[in-house]
Amino acid sequence: MPSRREMLSRSAQVATLLAAVGLFPQLAHAQAAPGFNAEAFAAKNMAEVMKALGGSAPVESKDISVTGPDIAENGAVVPIGASTTLPGVKRLLILVEKNPSVLAAMFNVTDAIDANISTRVKMGQSSNVFAMAMMNDGKVLFAQKEVKVTLGGCGG
Amino acid sequence: MADPMRIRAQVAGDKATVRVLMAHEMESGQRKDAAGKTIPAWHIQDVTAQHNGKTVMTAQWGPAVSKNPFLQFNVKGAKAGDKITVSWVDNKGDKRTDEATVS
Repeated sequence: MPSRREMLSRSAQVATLLAAVGLFPQLAHAQAAPGFNAEAFAAKNMAEVMKALGGSAPVESKDISVTGPDIAENGAVVPIGASTTLPGVKRLLILVEKNPSVLAAMFNVTDAIDANISTRVKMGQSSNVFAMAMMNDGKVLFAQKEVKVTLGGCGG
Repeated sequence: MADPMRIRAQVAGDKATVRVLMAHEMESGQRKDAAGKTIPAWHIQDVTAQHNGKTVMTAQWGPAVSKNPFLQFNVKGAKAGDKITVSWVDNKGDKRTDEATVS
């Protein structure tokens, strides 16, 4: 059985290790507003986003539509819309595949509004843009569109 | 306090189209300043839209939303004279709430 002294020194080591790799989440996300899903917004691909949000594997669907330009002259301001005619939408997501973090925006939709939202996003380079709908029954549907960017909006 | 939002809400058939233009820097956290240091991310995280005091939509945004963000959505059953309230909170805890009347 380890002595108390050994236990103390070991836990101190573990704490240092955790701090070194930034595994103290409450420190790293101290500035996040309550309810902000920092994990989803740090995700690098679609699978990680779904894992952070607890959704199932996304399926491509014709009932979701994503609107946007074919060619965006300025990557800092790309108008993107996400919409669907299906009932029972819980969330609409806008994702940009080649951005440093794929998830750009997440909208929690209620019955009081149409599942049809437009906004403007930044794109670092030409890439696919996804509109994704998370349904009340747990299904995740998406549509994609390629947008070519002639001037990136994420770099200096 | 941040600059006011511009909100326009117009009736279109049995719903109202709401367009919001917010004034925010939306710094991405990817850019570097002249000295080569990364400029920390500064962006709106939470957006809430209310129709006559009832929350109809909430959103979470990452830094990939453009500077001075634009947002458009349709509120079902909104009539002229109804109140649309939009508020946001950014990752520095700054917040702003503005109200508009449906016309």
